[in-house]
Amino acid sequence: MQVQSRYTKTIATILYALLILCALAMLLPFVWMISASLKLDKDVFTFPIEWIPSNPRWENYLEIWTTIPLGTFIRNTAKLTVIVTFLQLLTSSFAAYAFAKLEFKGRDLLFLGYVATIAMPWQVYMVPQFIMMRSFGLNNTHLAIIFLQAFSAFGVFLMKQFYMSVPDELCEAARIDGMSEYRIWAQIMLPLSKPALSTLTIFTFVNTWNDFLGPLLYLTRMELKTVQIGLRMFISQYSSEYGLIMAASVVALIPVVIVFLSLQKFFVQGVATAGLKG
Amino acid sequence: MSSKQAHIRKQLVAYSFIAPNFIGFAIFTLVPIVFAVALAFLHWDGSNPIEWAGLANFRDLLDDDQFKAALKNTIVYTAGTVPLTLITSLLLAVLLNQGIKGRNFFRTVSFFPYVASLVAVAAVWNMIFNPSKGPVNMLLYSLGFENVPGWAADKDWAMMTIILFSVWKYMGYYMIIYLAGLQGINPELYEAANLDGTNAWQRFRYVTVPQLSATTFFVMVMLTIQCFKVYDIVYMVTQGGPGTATLVLVYDIYNKAFISWNLGSASAVAMVLFALVLIVTLIQFRGERKLR
Repeated sequence: MQVQSRYTKTIATILYALLILCALAMLLPFVWMISASLKLDKDVFTFPIEWIPSNPRWENYLEIWTTIPLGTFIRNTAKLTVIVTFLQLLTSSFAAYAFAKLEFKGRDLLFLGYVATIAMPWQVYMVPQFIMMRSFGLNNTHLAIIFLQAFSAFGVFLMKQFYMSVPDELCEAARIDGMSEYRIWAQIMLPLSKPALSTLTIFTFVNTWNDFLGPLLYLTRMELKTVQIGLRMFISQYSSEYGLIMAASVVALIPVVIVFLSLQKFFVQGVATAGLKG
Repeated sequence: MSSKQAHIRKQLVAYSFIAPNFIGFAIFTLVPIVFAVALAFLHWDGSNPIEWAGLANFRDLLDDDQFKAALKNTIVYTAGTVPLTLITSLLLAVLLNQGIKGRNFFRTVSFFPYVASLVAVAAVWNMIFNPSKGPVNMLLYSLGFENVPGWAADKDWAMMTIILFSVWKYMGYYMIIYLAGLQGINPELYEAANLDGTNAWQRFRYVTVPQLSATTFFVMVMLTIQCFKVYDIVYMVTQGGPGTATLVLVYDIYNKAFISWNLGSASAVAMVLFALVLIVTLIQFRGERKLR
């Protein structure tokens, strides 16, 4: 018995040691980022690392707002993210309701069209898409990014999978009560699908906020840029302003971190179900 | 008559649900996809008249050193990233599944690199792995190493740097999928294995790994497709260099389309990328049928 418990103790210790090591590998870059964001450029690389700066330079966090138009970048990204997420939720859940609960001609064929394009990487058709948007006069407009992101097949697919799990009898009963399909969608399906909507919200939010190649192609005018490409431009222009770069990076991370921590549960569920369903 | 009208009405209602999403989807996804396939058989610079090219764009790729390097690098990147991410995410999931204290904290932490914006984390990585003054090389120097790697700046290490970065960024995501898979394993299997007097490694090898084969297959497919599409990580860490050491397919598409405005040949490369993804997707379909 004695031996057994000592054995399990050793295992537990090794387990924890491994986990802490992994957690450190995951977290240290972020800690280093925050630490460097509070230093003078010349102190960023002192070795051994001074994790807590003796003279924290909070000014870095003031200077970045004037060195680059970070406020504009954040406003642009927030605007795009909110519009895209809203459109995505609205149109996906709307279309998914018809695919899951209504009978109509060509339903299966249309849905197959959606599913087939999930496997098609955006990078394959980004060039003709750009040419097309340019001919519509949408180059250098936020509308291009909205159109690019708002109508994804993934959203329709995810919502449809969820609606399929809602019993048909629920809709039937509502129809007999004389509710229109629009009211059934709005008053029965939408409230029921909060978990799926939350999953889609967090995926769309994180994707749009962090999107890089889309804005890189379409937004070249300074006043239109998003945080990601704005930050990238700053990094390539002022490559040795280490403290400022790190401060701007910390600012760019904050919104996603807040959304992630508050909706984390749904994110984990979403990844897990996507994984199981294949 | 009225029943026919009711039927038509029903259909129209259904279409009205689909329409907002479908119109956007058709214009901004379906049309460009068809356009992309057509473009691969044309010569076009985006402004002058379009010319028919037949298979010339594809034939030109055979002698195109940029393309050949990109194809090779994409495969090397995939071959390095997929197994490493797979193993680390599986091990992490098994560790986290032991019912230990602080499990949620560790799970959140390992998910962080995945949600964090790439530009920001790539900026930190570039500094931490700075060849001449970054903390990683400083640590290696202080441990007595003399020939420290040049990481992103060294053509022999650049690909390795990108693979390491990708593993770090993605493993939390796939760990979640593995965790879900682990929770689906019947605990009785472990009890039976315990009665047989097996040790932890044997239980992992003969119960966990085979029980997770469907999950592993799925993770492998997802990871492979993700690796084929890599672009932004490369753009931010090495810009495809040094030389062509980390030039990948999407980078080549971008260069051909938006630097040299050779849209036909960019689309031909895109078709190669699509073919790669399609092959993996077909393997997935067949494999899933087999596993069921």
